[in-house]
Amino acid sequence: MWQVATVADVRRETETARTIVLDVPDWPGHLAGQHLDVRLTAEDGYRASRSYSIASAWSVSSSNTIELTVEQVPGGEVSPYLVEVLKAGDPLEIRGPVGGWFVWKPEQEGPVQLIGGGSGVVPLRAMLRAHADAGTTPVRLLYSVRRPESVIYVSDLKDLAASDDVDVRLVYTREAPAGEPRVGRIDADLIEQYVFKPEDGATTYVCGPTPFVETVADLLVAAGHDPARVRTERFG
Amino acid sequence: MTQANYLDGNAAAGALSEFFAVDITAAVGQCNGCGRTGVFAEARLYVDAPGLVARCAGCDGVLLRVVTTTNDTYLDLRGLTYLRISNSPG
Repeated sequence: MWQVATVADVRRETETARTIVLDVPDWPGHLAGQHLDVRLTAEDGYRASRSYSIASAWSVSSSNTIELTVEQVPGGEVSPYLVEVLKAGDPLEIRGPVGGWFVWKPEQEGPVQLIGGGSGVVPLRAMLRAHADAGTTPVRLLYSVRRPESVIYVSDLKDLAASDDVDVRLVYTREAPAGEPRVGRIDADLIEQYVFKPEDGATTYVCGPTPFVETVADLLVAAGHDPARVRTERFG
Repeated sequence: MTQANYLDGNAAAGALSEFFAVDITAAVGQCNGCGRTGVFAEARLYVDAPGLVARCAGCDGVLLRVVTTTNDTYLDLRGLTYLRISNSPG
């Protein structure tokens, strides 16, 4: 069922991405990794809806507030409005939370391997946040970005990485910061170095653009990982 | 269908929530075309069509379509032999 949320705040993350804080009356709570649909209606009645991952973890204290992080897609029907126009106080039509597959629950056993490309880090951030609240298993995040300015949640990731249980590794595909010699996409060597071994029994979550997800999923299977323990979310 | 322009079945969760009381994306379905079974979330979802089209990751056959018109929403399930959901919570 569609309902109307109110924008409580907006926060710029990068040149093309922004986080939207929503107040949703009677929010039922959500699992880390779930998403919601956003619907825009034009003056002539034309409607467009898109699915966005929820970036925040839910707890009783976060009550009716949730966060979405939206990356602007050039020529998109929905994202340019969300990133450039929408402001605090505006209403926004949403449906959710939905999705029960690409989710992580604190009671889940075994280590957690997160692999994100670009704004594919959004649902993984929700998982890291949920883990910070209630998780006890080791977590690793391998996060591929074009350049240092493309990193979403810079300070947040720094905070999360301070935990002994959490390991964050950034991969730069176009341009790396000073002191980081490696520039290039995730490959078999990186998987070997930074991803839990098949025998560690980790559940792996891969989210990013479709070609990124395909490549990483193939690399994982080639490295001996059980496809049944690799969950993917593609966003086109 | 060689172009990788599809999403996952995950992205149909909102549209399917209008029809079903439980989350169908975590259900296991069987393709009526090739007999492959898999979690619906891992089907290939095409959103460029008028509506949503979910195709089998094995044979590319159509599993399910959702089309919304001004007054109605249609759900076409003919590409699925069955859907199986877990009876245990969580």
